[in-house]
Amino acid sequence: MEKAVETRELTRRYGVFTAVDRLDLDIRRGEVFGLLGPNGAGKTTTILMLLGMTEPSSGTVRVLGLDPARDSLKVKARTGYLAENVEFYEDLTARENLAYLAELNGLKGGAADRAVREALETVEMAERADSPAGTFSKGMRQRLGLASVLLKKPELVILDEPTSGIDPEGVEKILSLIRRMAEESGITVLLSSHMLHSVQKVCDRVGIMFKSSMIACGTIGEIGRSILGERGGTIRIASGGPGPIDGEKLGKIKGLKDFRRTGDTMTASFDEQDRSRIIREIIECGCLPVEIRGTDYSLEEIYLRYFREV
Amino acid sequence: MTGLTTIFRKELADHLGSRRIAVIGAIIILASLSAVLSAVESPGLAQHERESLFLSLLTERGGNLPSFLFFVTFLVPLLGILLGFDAINAERQRGTLSLLVSQPIYRDSLINGKFLASLATVSLMLGGILALIGGISMARLGIVPSGTEVLRALVFFGAAMLYAAFWLSLAILFSVLFDRTSTSALAALALWIFLAFFIQLVAGMVADHVVPVGRDTPADELIRHENLRIGLMRLSPAYLLQEVSLVVLNPSVRILGPLETSRLQGVIPSALDLGQSLMVIWPQLTVLAALSVLCFGASYIAFMRREIRS
Repeated sequence: MEKAVETRELTRRYGVFTAVDRLDLDIRRGEVFGLLGPNGAGKTTTILMLLGMTEPSSGTVRVLGLDPARDSLKVKARTGYLAENVEFYEDLTARENLAYLAELNGLKGGAADRAVREALETVEMAERADSPAGTFSKGMRQRLGLASVLLKKPELVILDEPTSGIDPEGVEKILSLIRRMAEESGITVLLSSHMLHSVQKVCDRVGIMFKSSMIACGTIGEIGRSILGERGGTIRIASGGPGPIDGEKLGKIKGLKDFRRTGDTMTASFDEQDRSRIIREIIECGCLPVEIRGTDYSLEEIYLRYFREV
Repeated sequence: MTGLTTIFRKELADHLGSRRIAVIGAIIILASLSAVLSAVESPGLAQHERESLFLSLLTERGGNLPSFLFFVTFLVPLLGILLGFDAINAERQRGTLSLLVSQPIYRDSLINGKFLASLATVSLMLGGILALIGGISMARLGIVPSGTEVLRALVFFGAAMLYAAFWLSLAILFSVLFDRTSTSALAALALWIFLAFFIQLVAGMVADHVVPVGRDTPADELIRHENLRIGLMRLSPAYLLQEVSLVVLNPSVRILGPLETSRLQGVIPSALDLGQSLMVIWPQLTVLAALSVLCFGASYIAFMRREIRS
């Protein structure tokens, strides 16, 4: 199956400054991909090139199989894009704003009305449909933005900093909407953010951009291992039956070490990478893992570690 | 043209519902009507031929009020500037521009739609006023405008629209070039003040400097002086419109600029027909059109090349 987004050696220079440097980006259909990086890392420039709103200096881009520099309109017709800090016409109501955008997307009459109504219901704003957009909170405006993106029934949605400047409750709502978009409608989502927590929650894979280049890409676990290295956890094991723990058998399990006997139980440290295999083998030995204290890789940690190294 | 009609309709509705357009519209209508009403009473009107009495209402001044033509050359630029000075940068400031450019429409549609909607607003206003003046002439003077008078009024209307188009596209150009609405408004107003008032002084000063004239200057020097002065004045669209209107609205005017008595020898003092009047001011009309095209072209190119981030 073709990829939703594919770039090769994508480069954009502004004079002597290189905003995006030989970027290879692959986004599969149906996944939620997070583009991370500090401000000025080249995330927005990348997005603009994906939509054909800026021409690449060199390299190739394919979005939904199309070249955005040549077929910008076709790409925009199938891709919903929500820019950072997007605003609506304050004196128009939510419904009127969406109706205008629906018309710009070539929807007419009943079809447009239906699309507007559905989009408003999806983002749970149906009851505020007839209030002017100027009266909405930042979080509501962002939800209205998501509605505007959904109007055209997109295959790909690109969100630039969808959660910046919104209160935690609003962020939660937006993230669950994004997740639902991907799961219920099979929409591919590309979101850029510097808010790690939100990205970690909703993204299948992430790419980290720093100073114009992609420095890491993959699932958070993959990136974590490659950047933070292997890490261990501790496990407390109890005997599965009436007898004492069979220490000898346990000792043979690969990746389990540093045994300490604490009363009836035994504590050992294990290799986080092989967590599930180790737990299975412990059970096969007739023992029970009663407490597992692992450490997941957190994006914050990866981020901080990486930028300390750079 | 995808989206052009949608944008045109939205912009037109915005203009017609806008308060500042209502205010300037009311000023223009009041000024024009009072100018015409006082022209009806003016003794100068009686000197005009009966065939062009309706047209002379447009150029004749009565009492202390300037003529309708003066108000048009004076207020139409203001209207154009008011309609155009924030066409693009206000949308950019409000954050709605990135919403629009991420829709599947050509960027041309956006600027064309805005330009055409503003021009339509001007034409509605000016057309309405001309129709009102026709009504006044029938009611107060009992004259029904003749066919040629209507034709001449239409040519005048066309010239005034070209004039409005110039100021409108200049204002739009500034709204593309400057990010702040206050800067673009001030720049447009400054240029308007220069071209409307100061160009007279500048033209006079330059002409005096290049071709000094005194009491006993020979005639050909005087003509050179005057030609230079008028040539400089013709840089101002306001002066061009005045010349055009003078000829179009007054069938007896056959020569513009300095006049030698020798050129009047053998002239039969009769009215010109419309074709001949047009021949007299064809260069002015062409320059007026060229200026508008130039300005609009510049704003079009500037807008196309502009990268729109959020």
